[in-house]
Amino acid sequence: MDVSDLIEKDILGYLKAHQNKGLLRFVTCGSVDDGKSTLIGRLLYDSKMIFEDQLAALESDSKKVGTQGGDIDFALLVDGLAAEREQGITIDVAYRFFSTDKRKFIVADTPGHEQYTRNMITGASTADLAVILMDARKGVLVQTRRHSFLVSLIGIKHVVLAINKMDLVGHSEETFNKIVADYRTFAKQIGFENILAIPISGLKGDNIKDPSTSTPWYKGPTLMNHLETVQVEDNAQSGPFRMWTQWVNRPDLDFRGFAGQISSGIIRTGDRIRALPSGKDSKVTRIVTKDGDLSEAVAGQSVTITLKDEIDISRGDLIAGVDSLPGVADQFNATLVWMSETPLLPGRPYWLKLGSRVISASVTDIKHKIHVNTLEQLAAKTLELNEIGSVNLGIDQAIPFDAYTENKDTGGFILIDRMTNTTVAAGMINFALRRSQNIHWQAVDVDKTARASAKRQKPALLWFTGLSGSGKSTIANLVEKQLFALGRHTYMLDGDNVRHGLNRDLGFTDTDRVENIRRVAEVSKLMVDAGLIVLTSFISPFKAERQMARGLMAEGEFLEVFIKTSLAEAERRDPKGLYKRARASQIQNFTGITSAYEEPETAEIVIDTSKLSAEEAATHIIKQMQDRGLLTP
Amino acid sequence: MPTLNNLQRLEAESIHIMREVVAECENPVFLYSVGKDSAVMLHLAMKAFYPSKPPFPLLHVDTTWKFKEMISFRDKMVKDLGLELRVHINQDGVAQGVGPFTHGSALHTDIMKTQGLKQALDKWNFDAAFGGARRDEEKSRAKERIFSFRSAQHRWDPKQQRPELWQLYNTKKHKGESIRAFPLSNWTELDIWQYIYLENIPIVPLYFAAKRPVVERDGTLIMVDDDRMPLKPGEKPMMKSVRFRTLGCYPLTGAIESEAATLPDIIQEMLLTKSSERQGRVIDHDSTASMEKKKQEGYF
Repeated sequence: MDVSDLIEKDILGYLKAHQNKGLLRFVTCGSVDDGKSTLIGRLLYDSKMIFEDQLAALESDSKKVGTQGGDIDFALLVDGLAAEREQGITIDVAYRFFSTDKRKFIVADTPGHEQYTRNMITGASTADLAVILMDARKGVLVQTRRHSFLVSLIGIKHVVLAINKMDLVGHSEETFNKIVADYRTFAKQIGFENILAIPISGLKGDNIKDPSTSTPWYKGPTLMNHLETVQVEDNAQSGPFRMWTQWVNRPDLDFRGFAGQISSGIIRTGDRIRALPSGKDSKVTRIVTKDGDLSEAVAGQSVTITLKDEIDISRGDLIAGVDSLPGVADQFNATLVWMSETPLLPGRPYWLKLGSRVISASVTDIKHKIHVNTLEQLAAKTLELNEIGSVNLGIDQAIPFDAYTENKDTGGFILIDRMTNTTVAAGMINFALRRSQNIHWQAVDVDKTARASAKRQKPALLWFTGLSGSGKSTIANLVEKQLFALGRHTYMLDGDNVRHGLNRDLGFTDTDRVENIRRVAEVSKLMVDAGLIVLTSFISPFKAERQMARGLMAEGEFLEVFIKTSLAEAERRDPKGLYKRARASQIQNFTGITSAYEEPETAEIVIDTSKLSAEEAATHIIKQMQDRGLLTP
Repeated sequence: MPTLNNLQRLEAESIHIMREVVAECENPVFLYSVGKDSAVMLHLAMKAFYPSKPPFPLLHVDTTWKFKEMISFRDKMVKDLGLELRVHINQDGVAQGVGPFTHGSALHTDIMKTQGLKQALDKWNFDAAFGGARRDEEKSRAKERIFSFRSAQHRWDPKQQRPELWQLYNTKKHKGESIRAFPLSNWTELDIWQYIYLENIPIVPLYFAAKRPVVERDGTLIMVDDDRMPLKPGEKPMMKSVRFRTLGCYPLTGAIESEAATLPDIIQEMLLTKSSERQGRVIDHDSTASMEKKKQEGYF
C-alpha cells in the first residue's frame, strides 16, 4: 500500500509503524557551485516535505531571483537569511529536516566557501554520515580534498560521494569511473574505507529517489535508498560505560541522584562505577526516570542514577564503568581547529569545556599545523582562523578523558576566550603526554608559610601595569625602597633584568608578549613561594595574561597596581624616545600606537599620575598594603 | 545492541539541553506560550529534573488577546503540576489601548509580545529563557543555534552566533547578555504530534475540531472569542467545525475547517494537508524575511 493510502485508510497503523522510525544525521559538503543547495532542495521536494504554499512562494521566487531561467530553483528553498539571498551564497550552517517511511533525516547544510572550515566542522560534528558533492565536469578539486580531510578529522566513518551534474557530462560512465578512481587514491591517505559513489543530478533528479534511466550502467542504490538503509553502527553503544555528571538532583535529604546523558555503553543496576577524577567507587542502586525506574540504560539516554555509597560527585565529574576506565591527565596532545578571527596565543589561558567540565587550559606547544589542501605538516607559531594544528595542552588540574577516536563525548572539547566569551576552537584529544602521569608534586615540609615566617613577612606580588612611560618602574622602585627600609625581603622584576636574560629569545609580537608575561608570572610565583614580596613592572597590556598571573597566586597575595596615564601624557614624557620611533614606524607592535592596551577594570590599586607624584604614589601603595594586612608580621 | 529511535533521541537531547541551562545559568525561565510546542517542552522539563520539580518558573507574556481557552488551560496546567507561573502584561500597551483591530497585527505584536517579553525578562533579571521554537518552522530558524545569544538590548545578530559543536554548549556570557535556549530545535511538527500522541500530553482543546463561531477576514477564518471582535453591519458569526494548527492572539490566528477531533485524526490531516503550519499566522505574511527581522528586533 502506498504511504498516503496508509495514512488515509489506517492512520493508527501508520503511527505504529512510524513510532520506531530511526534518525540519521548527515552533513553535505561541496564547493560553491557543486549544487549543494539544489540537492537538498531536491531531497525535501522528493520526500514531499514542501507544502503547496511553500511551492507557490518557491515558484514566484524562482521567477524573481532564480538562476534556472524560470524553472523551479530548488536552491531557494534552503538559502535562508535575507542577506545571503541577495548575495546568493550560504553563509552559515543550517539544519534541514525531512523524513521518509523508514527514517527521519537531519541535514547539516554547510557552505563550501574557502574560509568556512569552521562551519563545516561544526555541521559535521553531529553527523553520522557525510555526502561529499562533486561537479562531474570538474572532478576531484582542492576543495574536495579539504572537505574529505575535515570529514575524516571529525571522525565520520560513512561517506557518500555524490557525483553531481551527470546530465552535463552526458551521463558518461567513463567520466564517473575516472573521478571515482581519482578519489579512491586520495581517500586511502586519510583512511576512508566505506565510500559509496553515486552518479546524480540534483537538478533533474537522477538517482536521487528513483534509479535514473539515463545511467543504466549504474547498478547501486539511489541516494535516498542508501540514506534510508545504511547501517551506521554506533561505536557508542558497544563502548565502555561513560556518563558526565550534568546536574546533581537533590529534591530532599533522602534523594541524591546524578543526572546525565550516557555517552557510551550500558549501565545496569548493581554495576560498579568509578567517579573521576576523585577515583571513588560505588554501585548503581537505581536508574531513575519519570516513566519509572529502569533496570538498564544505554548510550544516548538521559537518565538520573543513584549510588549505594555517599561519595562526593559534582557537575563535571565523569562516571565510568570500573571494567574499562578512562585516562586521567593534565597534559594532552590534541588536534585543534581554530575558529576565531583572533589567532591562538600559546601560553594564554582559555576555558576548556569537555563534557560538563569547564577548566582553564593553555596551549604549551604547537607541534605543527596541517595544510588542509595538501595534508602537509608545517611549522607554526600560532593558528589563525580556519587553521588546523597538532598542539600540546596544559590544564590546571587532572581530568578524565578518552581519545576522541574512542569517544567523541569524552575526547572532544571546545576552547572559549576568557574575555570575549566566544568559542575559539574545537579540539580532539589524541593522547595524554606521558610526563603528566609521571610528575607528582613533592610534598615538602618547608613550605611557603614556613619560609615567609622565617623572614617575618607575608609574601605578595605587586603587579604594576600601565603604558610605556607611565612611571611604573619609577614608582615600583620607590615602593621597593620603602619596603626595604621597613626590613622586608623583596625582589623586583622588570624589562631590564628579564628581557636580557630569561626572555632574551622573545620579541614583541602578541604571541611573544603573552609568553613573556607567562614566564614572569611563573618566576614571580616561585619567588612568592620562597616568601618574598615581589614587584613586577611590565606594560602587560592584555587582561587575559594579568588574569593568568592572578590565578597563580593564593587569595589576597596578588595586588594589581594600575599606573594610569593618558596616552597623550605618556607620549609627551617619552623618556626613552620610544613613542617617537613608534610614530615613525621604526618600532612595530608598540603598545598604545600599533598594539592594544587593555585597561584593568578590577585593579586593587589605581594610581592616577595626573593627581599624584611618584613619591605620593609609593606612599599610597604602602598604605594600601598595610590596610590589607600585608605588612603586619 | 539496542539503539534509540527518533523520538527517544530527540527526548534525550532536549533533556540534556535543559539540564545544561539549569546547571550553567543563574536565573532561567521557561517561556510558556500554552501552545503544543510549549506543552511538549513542559512535559520534557518534568522528565528532565524528576524527582525534583523543574527548578525555574514559567513565564507567560499575555497580550490580553489570547484565546480564553488558552488562559484557562494555562492556569489548570500550572495548578495540576504544582509549578510557579509569572504572567506579564505590557501595561503601557494596555494604557494606550493597543490591540490588533485598532493598531494592526505588526504593531500589536511588537508592543504586546516583543516589548512585553523584553520588559518581563528585564523585570525579573532572567539570564536564560527556554523557548519552544523549532528549526523546521521557518527558513531563518534553520540557522539558529540551540543556545542563541541576545545583547543587553535583546537583539539577535545572525552573524555573531557561536559555533555549536557536538553537544558542547558555550554558555559564557557578559553581564546583561541573555540566552534563548531552544530544546526543541531538532523536532519537526510531525515529531511533536507523534510525541503528544504517544506520551498522552494534554493540549489546549482548540487544537481539536469543534463547532465554533467564526467570521471570514481576507480569506482567513477568525474565531469570535469575545465581544471585542468588530462585526460588519448585519454580519453574524457562522458556526463551523474548525480547529487551529497554531495558537496565538485570536484575531491573528486563522482557523481551518476540519472534522479532526482526535490526535490520530489531526496527524492524519496534517500529513495529507497541502499547506505549511505557519500559514495560519497572520504576522508571518507582513513582508519577506519578516521573521528574521522580528528576531533581530527581539521577537522570540
